[in-house]
Amino acid sequence: MSGALLNLSGVSLAFAGNTVLQNVDFQVAEGAVVSLIGPNGAGKTSLFNCITGFYKPQSGAITFDGHELLKLRPHRVTASGIARTFQNVRLFREMTVMQNVMSGMHSRTRSGAIAAILRLPSQRAEEAAIRDYCEGCLRFVGVGPEEYDRIATTLAYGHQRRVEIARALATQPKLLLLDEPAAGLNAGEKQDLIALIRRIRDERGISVLLIEHDTGLVMQVSERISVLDHGAMIAEGTAKQIQSNPKVIEAYLGQEDAEAELDF
Amino acid sequence: MTPRDTASDRLRDRIAARFESPALRWGGIGLILVLMAVLPAALGQYATVIMTNALLYVVLALGLNVVVGFAGLLDLGYAAFFAVGAYTIGILTLDFGVNFWLALPVAVLAAAIAGVIIGGPTLRLRSDYLAIVTLGFGEIVRFSARNLAITGKASGLSGIGQPWLFGWHIATPTDFYFVFCALAILAVVVSLRLENSRLGRAWLYVRHDEDVAEAMGINRVAVKLAAYVTGAIFAAIGGAFFAANLGAISPESFSFTQSVLILMAVILGGMGKIPGVILGAFIVILGPELLRNLGELRLMVFAVMLLLIMLFRPSGIWPKRGVRS
Amino acid sequence: MSVFDIISHQLVNGLVLGSFYALVALGYTMIFGVIKLLNFAHGDLYMVGGFLGFLSLSAVASVVGSDWPGIFIAMFLSMIAVGCIGVVIERVAYHPMLAAPRLSILITALAVSLVLQNTVLSLTGGQYTAFKTDLGFGGINLGSLFISYNQMVLVATSGVLMIALHLFVTRTQFGRAMRAVSIDMDMSQLLGINVPVIIAVTFFIGSALAAAAGTMAGAYYGSIWYFMGFLIGLKAFTAAVIGGIGSIPGAMLGGLILGLLEAFGTQIPFIGSEWKDVFSFAVLILVLVLKPTGLLGKSEQERM
Repeated sequence: MSGALLNLSGVSLAFAGNTVLQNVDFQVAEGAVVSLIGPNGAGKTSLFNCITGFYKPQSGAITFDGHELLKLRPHRVTASGIARTFQNVRLFREMTVMQNVMSGMHSRTRSGAIAAILRLPSQRAEEAAIRDYCEGCLRFVGVGPEEYDRIATTLAYGHQRRVEIARALATQPKLLLLDEPAAGLNAGEKQDLIALIRRIRDERGISVLLIEHDTGLVMQVSERISVLDHGAMIAEGTAKQIQSNPKVIEAYLGQEDAEAELDF
Repeated sequence: MTPRDTASDRLRDRIAARFESPALRWGGIGLILVLMAVLPAALGQYATVIMTNALLYVVLALGLNVVVGFAGLLDLGYAAFFAVGAYTIGILTLDFGVNFWLALPVAVLAAAIAGVIIGGPTLRLRSDYLAIVTLGFGEIVRFSARNLAITGKASGLSGIGQPWLFGWHIATPTDFYFVFCALAILAVVVSLRLENSRLGRAWLYVRHDEDVAEAMGINRVAVKLAAYVTGAIFAAIGGAFFAANLGAISPESFSFTQSVLILMAVILGGMGKIPGVILGAFIVILGPELLRNLGELRLMVFAVMLLLIMLFRPSGIWPKRGVRS
Repeated sequence: MSVFDIISHQLVNGLVLGSFYALVALGYTMIFGVIKLLNFAHGDLYMVGGFLGFLSLSAVASVVGSDWPGIFIAMFLSMIAVGCIGVVIERVAYHPMLAAPRLSILITALAVSLVLQNTVLSLTGGQYTAFKTDLGFGGINLGSLFISYNQMVLVATSGVLMIALHLFVTRTQFGRAMRAVSIDMDMSQLLGINVPVIIAVTFFIGSALAAAAGTMAGAYYGSIWYFMGFLIGLKAFTAAVIGGIGSIPGAMLGGLILGLLEAFGTQIPFIGSEWKDVFSFAVLILVLVLKPTGLLGKSEQERM
C-alpha cells in the first residue's frame, strides 16, 4: 500500500531473545482513524515505541510521509510529524499546563540562547506565537484559560489526558498516536473523547492511531482495526469484520478477562 | 500539591504574591542596587573583598545552576571551566601580551570548546556517568595545570595585569568589587532570560522526563550540551575576572573542593531557583566568615547541611514559589 | 634494566595496584547492581577502612604484633566496622531517597562522601597519619626481578577475598537472591525475596571489601590521610566501568586492567608518573565513549 501515510513492513523486535513483535505489517492511511487492539502484553505499546523511535527493531522498515523512520532518533520522528500520548499520563511534573503544552512547540520553533539573552524582537514574537498556538490547542481539547497556569499534575485525571493530547497537538503532527486514551475515564468523558478524536481528524486533518482496550469506543470511532496478539498481526479490517473474525475471538478467549475486554 | 499544602506553605505563597507586584519588585531591586553601591564605603575594605568573592560565587553558582538546576545534570568538575577561563587569561596576557579584553573572548571560547569535548560524548550516557566523568575532567585539568610549564606548574601564574576599561584602570579592591557587581547582575539577568525561554523550558522538560521531552521533539543531547556549555561560559568569565583581580592563580584554586563549594551554593538555596542560588552563594562565602572559629569544621558544617537538606528539604531553603509562566 | 625487567617489574606493580582497584571496584559495582546508585562515598569507605584498620592494629599490636597476622586481625575488625557503617549509610541516607529523582540521590551520595572525609579531616587535622607496621623488606628474586613478600601476601589476600565473594554470589541462596535483585528489584520482591536485607548485605560486603583494601593499602604504603579515598574511588569507578558496571567478574578484571595500564602507562616516554592519574581518567573517558557497557557488561535496550 504505497498511498499509506504510515507503513510498517516486516517489523520484528526482541528484547534479550524474547520476541515482542514478529514480522508486523501495518498501515495507516492518510486521514484515517485506526485502532490497534489486542490482549495485554500483545506488543501494542512496543509497536508505538518502534514507530516513535524509542525502540530499534532488529528488522523491518517503517516509512512515514516519505521519511524512513528507523534511522531517526525520537525527536526527529516527532519533527517529521508523529506525536504521541502515553499509556499512563506523563505530564511534566511541577510545570504548568501551559508550560507542558509549550513543550510540543519546541521542534517547530528556532530561537536559541543568544536570542533569549538579548530578548531579540524575533524571539519575543516567537514566544508570543508559541503561547497563542498552545492556547489554541488547549481550547481545542476543552481546557479553559483558568487552568493554564495550574500545575498540570494537579488537574483532574480526565483533564490531564486532555492536556496531554493538547501537548501532542502542539507538535503540529500529521499523525497522532494515542496510547489507551480512554483508560480511567468515565462514560461521559469517553463520549467527549470520541468527539475529540473525530474533531482532530475532521477539523485538523490529523490521522489518528489509537491503542485501546475499550472495544465499544474502538468500534465507534475507528474505520479500520488491527489486532495484535503475541507480537503478530492476526487480523485487520473494519469493525464488523473484526467482530466476526474467529482468530480474534480465540485470541481474546485465551485471556482470563476475555469477557471484560471483548464486550461486542 | 493542593492537598498537601500546609498552612505555612499558603502563608509563604501569599507573602510571595505580595512581592510579585511590580512597584514592590522595582523598589526592592532599587534598594539592592543602592546597598551594593554604598557597601564599600560603609563597611570598609575587608568586607568589600569578602563581598567581591561572594559576587564571584554568585556568577559561578548561577552558571552551575544552568547545568544542575535547570538541566538536572550533576557536574562535579565545574571548577575546571573556572580554571580554563583563569588560565587562558593568565597565559595570553603574560606570555603573549594580549590585552585582557581580547583574551576574554578566547577564554570563553576555550571553555565552550572544553564543554563540547567533555559533554558531547558523555551526555548521551546515563546521567550519573556524567557526574563521574566531570569529576575526572576536573582532576585532569588540575593535574595538567600542576604539571605543565605553560601553566606555571604547582606555583601557578603571577603578575597577571589589571585591565583598563575606557580609561578606567580596574585596580583597587573597590574597583573589582564594582566589576563583580556588574558581572553578578549580568549573570542574574541572563539566567532569568534563559529560564523563561524556549531553551530554558527545554532544560526543564529534559530534567523532569527525558523520554517525554524527546517524544515532544526535543533533542535531548543537544539541549543538555547547550546547558553544559552555557555553564562553562559563566565559569570562564568568572575565572577570567578572578585571575585579573588576584593577579595570581594556582592549581589549588580549582580543586575538587572548589567544585563542591559551588555545587553547595546551588543546592543549599534551591536548585533551579535563581534567588535561592544567589542566597546559597552568599551562605557559602559569608558562612565561613561567621563560623571563623570553627576552623577545619567549616566544611564539615556544610557537608552535614547538604546531607540534611537532601534528606529533609531537597528543594533547598528558598521558599517554594508559585510557578509563573 | 632490560626491557624484560621493566615489563616484569611493572607487571608486579600493576598487580598490586590492580588488587586495590579491584577490591574497591567490587563494592562500587555490587551496590550499583542492587540499587543502581553510583555510591560516591565508596572511596571514602576505603579511607575510613584504612583509619579503622590503623586504630585496630594499634589496639592489637601489643598482643599479636604488627606484622601480617596483626594486620589481618586489624583488617578483619575494620571490615566488620566499615561494613556496618555502609549498612547505616544505606539505611539513613540512601533508602529514603530511592524513589527520589536520580539527581537527588547522587547529591546525597556526594554529601555522605563529604561528611566522611570531613569527619576524618577534623579528627586528624588533615595531616598524613603514619601507618606503622613491622612488615619486613624480604622477598624473592626471580632473576633480576624482586618481588617482596608483602606484595605476594597482598595480591594473594585480594585473590582470596575475591574468590570468596565469587563463591558467595554464585553458590549461596543469598548470592542468588542478590543477583535476582540486581536484575529486577520489583520482581524479586514479588518472589518473596527480602529485598531490604539483600541491599543491606550488599552494602555490608561492598563496604567491607573497600575496608580490606584500605587497611592493606595503609599498611603497604605506610601512611593514610582523609583524602586517600577520593582518587581511588574515581579509579575504582573507572575499573568498574572498564569491566562493565554491575558485573562482579568485570570489576575484578577491570581493576587488574587499570592497575596494569597505569603501571605500564608510566613507562611510556613523555607520560611519566606525574601524568599517571590523567592517564587513568583519559582511559575512563575513552571507555565510556567507545564502549560504555564495558568488557563484561550486558548492553540493554532501554525500556520506557
